[in-house]
Amino acid sequence: MSEQEQGASGVHTDSAAIDDLTTAVASEVTAVAPDGSTVGYRARKTLPLRVELIRQLRRRRTQLVLAFLVLLPVILVVSFELGEASPNRRSGGFVDLATASGVNFVLLTLFVTSSFLLPMIVALFFGDTIASEASWSSLKYLLAAPIPRHRLLRRKAISSGLLSLFALILLPAVALAVGVVWYGSGELVSPTGEAASFGDGVTALVLAVGYIALHLFWVAGLALFLSVATDAPLGAVGGAVLASILSQILDQITALGDLRQYLPTHYALSWADLLSTDIDWTEMTKGAFSALVYGGLFTLLAARRFTTKDITS
Amino acid sequence: MSHLSRLRGRWSLPIVFVVLALVGGTVLWTRSEDAPPPVSTRDAVIDVPESPGNSQTIQIDTTLYLPAQTPAPAVLLPHGFGGSKASVATQATELAQRGFVVLAYSARGFGRSTGKISLNSLDYEVKDAQKLLDWLATREEVQTDGPGDPRVGVTGGSYGGSLSLLLAGVDPRVDTLAPVITYNDLSQALLPNYGATQASSATTPAAGSSGDVGVFKRSWAGIFFSAGLSGADGTNPGREAPEPGQEDDDPVGNAASAAGSVAAQGRQPGTATPQAPDACGRFTPEVCAAYTEVATTGKASPATLKLLRDASPVSVTSGIKQPTLIVQGEQDTLFGLDQADANARQISANGAKVKVVWYAGGHDGGSPGASLRGEIADWMAFHLQGKGTDPGTGFEYAVQGAFRTNGTSSLRTVTSGSYPGLTGGTATERTSLPLEGREQIVVNPAGGNPAAVSSLPGFGAVLSGSNSLSSRLSIDLPGQAAVFSSEQLTSQVLVAGSPTVKLKVAAVPGQPVPAEGAVLFVKFYDADQNGNRTLPGAAVAPVRITSLPADGSPVEVSVSLAGVVRPVESNHRVQLVVATTDQSYANAETPAAYRISLADDAIQLPVVPGTNVVAATSTTALWGIGIVLLAFVAVGVVAAFRRRLAADVDPELLTVPLVIENLTKSYPGKLTAVKDLSFRVEHGQVLGLLGPNGAGKTTTLRMLMGLIHPTEGGIRVFGHKVTPGAPVLSRIGSFVEGAGFLPHLSGTANLHLYWAATGRPVEQAHFEEALEIAGLGNAVNRKVRTYSQGMRQRLAIAQAMLGLPDLLVLDEPTNGLDPPQIHQMRDVLRRYAAAGRTVLVSSHLLAEVEQTCSHVVVMHKGQLVAAGLVEDIAQGGGEATFKVDEPAQAATVLRGLDGVQDVHVDGELVHAGLNGTPRAVALGELVKAGIMVDQAGPRRRLEDAFLELVGEGSSS
Repeated sequence: MSEQEQGASGVHTDSAAIDDLTTAVASEVTAVAPDGSTVGYRARKTLPLRVELIRQLRRRRTQLVLAFLVLLPVILVVSFELGEASPNRRSGGFVDLATASGVNFVLLTLFVTSSFLLPMIVALFFGDTIASEASWSSLKYLLAAPIPRHRLLRRKAISSGLLSLFALILLPAVALAVGVVWYGSGELVSPTGEAASFGDGVTALVLAVGYIALHLFWVAGLALFLSVATDAPLGAVGGAVLASILSQILDQITALGDLRQYLPTHYALSWADLLSTDIDWTEMTKGAFSALVYGGLFTLLAARRFTTKDITS
Repeated sequence: MSHLSRLRGRWSLPIVFVVLALVGGTVLWTRSEDAPPPVSTRDAVIDVPESPGNSQTIQIDTTLYLPAQTPAPAVLLPHGFGGSKASVATQATELAQRGFVVLAYSARGFGRSTGKISLNSLDYEVKDAQKLLDWLATREEVQTDGPGDPRVGVTGGSYGGSLSLLLAGVDPRVDTLAPVITYNDLSQALLPNYGATQASSATTPAAGSSGDVGVFKRSWAGIFFSAGLSGADGTNPGREAPEPGQEDDDPVGNAASAAGSVAAQGRQPGTATPQAPDACGRFTPEVCAAYTEVATTGKASPATLKLLRDASPVSVTSGIKQPTLIVQGEQDTLFGLDQADANARQISANGAKVKVVWYAGGHDGGSPGASLRGEIADWMAFHLQGKGTDPGTGFEYAVQGAFRTNGTSSLRTVTSGSYPGLTGGTATERTSLPLEGREQIVVNPAGGNPAAVSSLPGFGAVLSGSNSLSSRLSIDLPGQAAVFSSEQLTSQVLVAGSPTVKLKVAAVPGQPVPAEGAVLFVKFYDADQNGNRTLPGAAVAPVRITSLPADGSPVEVSVSLAGVVRPVESNHRVQLVVATTDQSYANAETPAAYRISLADDAIQLPVVPGTNVVAATSTTALWGIGIVLLAFVAVGVVAAFRRRLAADVDPELLTVPLVIENLTKSYPGKLTAVKDLSFRVEHGQVLGLLGPNGAGKTTTLRMLMGLIHPTEGGIRVFGHKVTPGAPVLSRIGSFVEGAGFLPHLSGTANLHLYWAATGRPVEQAHFEEALEIAGLGNAVNRKVRTYSQGMRQRLAIAQAMLGLPDLLVLDEPTNGLDPPQIHQMRDVLRRYAAAGRTVLVSSHLLAEVEQTCSHVVVMHKGQLVAAGLVEDIAQGGGEATFKVDEPAQAATVLRGLDGVQDVHVDGELVHAGLNGTPRAVALGELVKAGIMVDQAGPRRRLEDAFLELVGEGSSS
């Protein structure tokens, strides 16, 4: 109907509509609560998680990221198959470790993604959350609804956290399914040559995902801080990813010695200790502490910046 | 408010400070390590008898490392073959830092020490060391157990390790010892035979050969001997072995530098005293002759064997009763695990305390790393100083994973309570793995050439650093190797020690059997699903069968293969290969053929269960985690408490939609956006906020919505102070400076999700009415990113009307709308207010405000210029303006009229306050006076004011 209605001439307000509006207005007197709000408004009911998750999940960006995570294990399997076909490759290397069993395939999927892809996804969900609302100008309407600022930030952070966690679980879950189909449900073999049964291997992987999630808290905090500090979503996401890359580069400079343990990414791969039958928790405890300190500091900075900031977008 | 904001400022800084202090404190806490204590050194040359009972002396070059505190127990630190006292400087310094007096010295024939090398002969090198103990006992820095008896431990690698055993065996003054990568019996190490007709009765994991004449380890022996000739440190592993938890920065670079050092050492004369070329170099004639015999014939005479055995620890191990830490390498084709196994068995048989450590190095893999050297120092500290925890008598072995990833080291250390099979202990557990393979015929080529390759002695450290090289190095030649293979493993087996197997070997009837016997090399391979094989430790077990019947009747041989540590993964196979040649050994030269088959269809794999070494969990980090979590909770509680304090109500204004008082917003260093603005909006008004662009209208509206914090003054909506997120904002519907929608969602979805975000009941929203006002038709179901500017604007106004707010705030609502739409919008706003709500509209267009609003507030440069009823301000209380041709004359006429005041001329215009005189009367008088009147009407003060503000003047 559409050609006409889509044109400017089709967009108009009937006078009947104004009548309807005035009738509704006249018939409804707003009841007011003691705190000055309309009855029906409760600050603690604003921005339900369900609503925020729908807002995010209906974005093409979110859908593409999740689809990519489903696709990635399949891409890895195909590339390993191609790699195995090569007659000249050396044995005992990366590919062999990955294809030893289905659980090992998950292990290697986590190894290859945990330095760049997973921090990037977390940075994406946390860095984009406020900054994209600012860039769409919708942030001011949410705040004027009003959703209290600390609550908006908390709800956004929680929903970003849920999405990140879902992504972090989705990837190994799909990889496990793909891995079991291709490489069977054999023993988990660690790089240090320890073998664990399928069940123990899956348990270790669940713990590993838990540690990775906890460790990426620092990225989440930084991305959230950048997200409230800028109106450009790309700046927030990119800034957090760049910080992660910079930290990894510095971590490779062995001349820095002990100083490297203060780099937030220093303990990123400590979850590999979980693959042992006798688990060494030292590195993971330090990693958890480091992530909590950095993540907490950035989160507090984000909360402070957001509550004191003038919203001009 | 100002009190509150100051409170906020006071609180947030301490929070940031606390967090920073927490981080900083942790940093300092974990970094506060003491600098290593100072170590001083003293060089001394000590004279010792040239030979027993001889008055001639030779000079031993020594360095004494002194700790900060003396007297202290001493450690004697002999060096490896081809080295000198300088090669142990690092370890000597480390031990001195641990509080030991360390005596490092160059053995006779090495470095600056004079004399000839006798391969640790009891009459020469061992006597020298005893003299050094005598000398230590005289030093006041050294703690003594009695006159002439220093408290002393001995440790050393390879040649030095064997000296430590020999010295401890003959001299009870030695209190403890830690021999590293050394031999038990040099004749077995250099001429090994891993086969025997009777299986060994030892139940230790790596029990080795029977002691019959074996196969000459030609390559290694050559390197060993030439090291003595040239002083080059050829047997030094060249680099440190990898350790668990250690990061491998650059395996390729390390390997390359190790290769460089080996090559360089080969060329340099070292520290040896230059001397005339001599085929025997610095060896004694006896040693030289023995070597020449073996090297040229590949066999050893009984005299040579006796010479080697007499100079080996095996000759004195029955006398070692001191606590012994035996360290051996898993990457060692020179002195394999079987040598350490023999030492452990023999010493343990005396009732001495024995601890065994297998580390991921050796002559092929690298010298002990810092952590293992620390373990040796711990051993010395406990047994010499009584410090630290008891290192016990257990067994540790390093496991290198079958796979390598980049970056992290793939090593772990497994500990077991004891070394199995020692006196009084339990026997080693062995897993029997069935092997398959029919009888196969292997051929020994004439001259033993071409030969299979298993390792490159002297370059092992380089190779073990390079995965691709080491896995490709082992080559078996077709026709020369019999292969027996297991099924694929169903679960992992961690092999730790010497696998054993029983073979049947027979000559092929009609073919000659060599006089020196059949020489075979037995190897243990780990083969993956694709058939890629790995030879763990590059270990080969040579076997010599001296009495092989020529008639083809088989001889049964029990073979203990070379000791390895190797996790064989599930789906991998174990392969047993029996070859006739190996490049590193003196192969049989006579051509021959043998039939090889399995006497027992299984290979016995030694397994030593244990637990991984795990560091204690850092309690500091755990405390840190707890403190950080507590800090979070504290910050959350403080923030919630502060928010409680923020409510501020004026009960007298509960019915007034909007009161703005002394509102100021200034930015540091920039202009003041809003300055001292005060006005009121009463119920039912449509108030226009008029001003040119940049007047501060939008900033005011943003402050009204709680988006911008005012610098001074405040805003009250229905009596409640506006703060960010104040509940009273739920009574305001707003549209400020552009629409804000999620572009990927439809118009309807945007409105529904927005309303859902407010958390208010759906029935309060009135979606139907609001969407009808927007009038977008079916376009509401399209994605917002496809909308035109006008459509977004209308949708945004509809969003502002959701919930029928008591105060509707619209910023430039008619921008981007076409004239019919503008007309409708005015109607909407007027009737909305008329129905019992209040509307605040901002505009930079005068006509807009005049036609829509009942009241107006004019702003310019952030300040209030005028406020009141639109008509009052527009029509200026009965003033009139006449446009005439003779302004001066017209003014005179008007002044003459009754009641008319304030007449003044402004270009062609004459303004006058008529004070009740009808405009028509005044006009008539002007016409009567002959003045041409072009226009007559009410004075448009609002327009004047407004035009003045925008800078165009009133004269146009």
